[in-house]
Amino acid sequence: MTEMTGPTPMPDTHSPAIRSNQPADAHAAVYRYDEFDKTFIFERVEQFRAQVERRLKGEITEEEFKPIRLMNGLYLQLHAYMLRVAVPYGMLSSTQVRRLARIARVYDKGYGHFTTRQNIQFNWPKLEDVPTILRELAEVDMHAIQTSGNCIRNVTTDQFCGAAADELVDPRVYAEILRQWSTLHPEFTYLPRKFKIAITGSPNDRAAVQVHDIGLIAKKDEVTGRVGFTVYVGGGQGRTPYLAVKARDFVPVEEIIGYLEAILRVYNQLGRRDNIYKARIKITVNEMGADKFIGLIEEEYARLPRQKFYVDPAIVDAIQTHFAPPPWLDLPAVSDSFEAAKQADPAFARWTRTNLTAHRTPGYAIATISLKPIGGIPGDIEADQMETVADLADLYSFGEVRVTHEQNLVLAHVRQDDLYPLWQALDAVGLGTANAGLISDIIACPGLDYCALANTRSIPVAQRIAERFSDLDRQHDLGELKIKISGCINACGHHHVGHIGILGVDKKGDEFFQILLGGDAGTNAALGEIVGPGFDYDGIIDAVETVVNTFVKLRQPGEIFIQTLARTGHAPFKEALYARA
Amino acid sequence: MLVKAKGTQQSVAASRLLDGEAVWLGAGNIWVEDVALAAVFDGADAIAEALAFAKAEEKRQIVVDVYPLDVEITDQGTRPTHLRERLKGIGPTVRRDLGKQARQPAA
Repeated sequence: MTEMTGPTPMPDTHSPAIRSNQPADAHAAVYRYDEFDKTFIFERVEQFRAQVERRLKGEITEEEFKPIRLMNGLYLQLHAYMLRVAVPYGMLSSTQVRRLARIARVYDKGYGHFTTRQNIQFNWPKLEDVPTILRELAEVDMHAIQTSGNCIRNVTTDQFCGAAADELVDPRVYAEILRQWSTLHPEFTYLPRKFKIAITGSPNDRAAVQVHDIGLIAKKDEVTGRVGFTVYVGGGQGRTPYLAVKARDFVPVEEIIGYLEAILRVYNQLGRRDNIYKARIKITVNEMGADKFIGLIEEEYARLPRQKFYVDPAIVDAIQTHFAPPPWLDLPAVSDSFEAAKQADPAFARWTRTNLTAHRTPGYAIATISLKPIGGIPGDIEADQMETVADLADLYSFGEVRVTHEQNLVLAHVRQDDLYPLWQALDAVGLGTANAGLISDIIACPGLDYCALANTRSIPVAQRIAERFSDLDRQHDLGELKIKISGCINACGHHHVGHIGILGVDKKGDEFFQILLGGDAGTNAALGEIVGPGFDYDGIIDAVETVVNTFVKLRQPGEIFIQTLARTGHAPFKEALYARA
Repeated sequence: MLVKAKGTQQSVAASRLLDGEAVWLGAGNIWVEDVALAAVFDGADAIAEALAFAKAEEKRQIVVDVYPLDVEITDQGTRPTHLRERLKGIGPTVRRDLGKQARQPAA
């Protein structure tokens, strides 16, 4: 489709697919459509093409057209339309990444923006081009369904699935089952409000499940050995943040659809449709009381025909084949060339400290590609860079790319021997920043630079913080520190669960920023608390640095920011921020 | 439109249906891409009349998302008073190569 664009010569490949003349992404773990899926997607595109034509002819009004375009991922933003493309549970093949690059180049402005829902957005499509864009997506098993509207949205999951050492169950299998259950579900297409599900296959939450409408965390029943999920319900961020409550400690995997069907039925009946700000399930759960809501779920679950929703192991097996492990080689646990490269190149060694995660298979590693270069726009990636990532995925990671909810990319199966050439190639195109999980690895919503709902800009705040802390040695010394920035109360930038959260507010037409401390999106999920009065556009960067410097003064050996904060409380940080006032 | 227009001087903003381009109602009821050229309507009657025309344009499939906004008149032309509306007239501040600002001739 496109020629190799990598800036450095690509070495001989270790890819078994390439060596065997298969497509380079033959082993990429993406769900590959059958004829039924393909027919449905192409018919949906032509349906939308006809709807656009009718809209342009005036046969349907904007009021009638708006819900239709939203169901196909098309928003109208501040400067132009915006098309949000689904990346189911964050999994992409290199072929799909190249197609996204082509769409960015041909129909948009040469770049895309990865989101906290593991999707990608194009910020400048023309309405008349969108049906053709959707057709191009359909050709590579992609679409924009369930990226908008009051339906069950694209299910998100752990970006390290299928590779992480701590995994109990492959969450992609169940995320795909949830996708098939929820797409065009006749009862759940017009819910009271949008509905987000996150699922993690390991006991360690890397998918922020407790701030989702439903969160699933894999669990093994120690007595029976059965695998299932702990089910959380009623979490969410936005203007009224709540952590989810535990609905059931254990639901066996084969019963998970039935249990979720029961939750959705109760919500669909009782969720408020009279007030958009109170329509999410978190409000229903908390207004009613968790115990009562869970009781209603259990009543519904007892009533519904279980057999109809039973997840047949044969179906699980069939879906599992799409996510079969790639043909890993038997390798020594330690790579001499990897160790030598770390010794020889300190910049590479630094990258390995933050951007690598242990793989379940000896000799392999999981590599995080930071989309947060210092001064860059969080989540943005140019078309040329997408193609380089696709090429590198083919060479080094079975042609597979993952999108993270923290707006980065992941190559999940890289041989340790290949890590140095991989990093060199990434670094040559600005994708080799050694900052995953550090202070400059910031989640930021598009903010007022693009979004019609925002009160303030988010991206330039993220850029200026990253520039203030541009010294990577300083960042590494600070350790894990997650800053998350939202340009309005809708919290698309996840500010409620940032170790340091920043919320933009409109103060008589000027941009102001509140600081929240103590949020956490992980296994010990917590909502941050506003620390005090806000700061203006210039002052917010100094304020963040004051918080960080306070942490440095207070920390004990080995502590990261969130641990120090938990030990000291907010008082010393508040004092440092406001003492000078 | 999240910011309610309440001033005596207002313009009318919209997005062009075909490509989503931000436009404003200009002199002679022509849609213009430069907010500095947006017509300024003084008083409730003039604003209502302009909005009625814009709404009719919506029905003619020319524009969508019509709304009034507060503006002031400056030496450089019409200037929205709210930041959001000023950014709509410029483009993303983090990508000066994109949006309307990218079309300005170099100074």
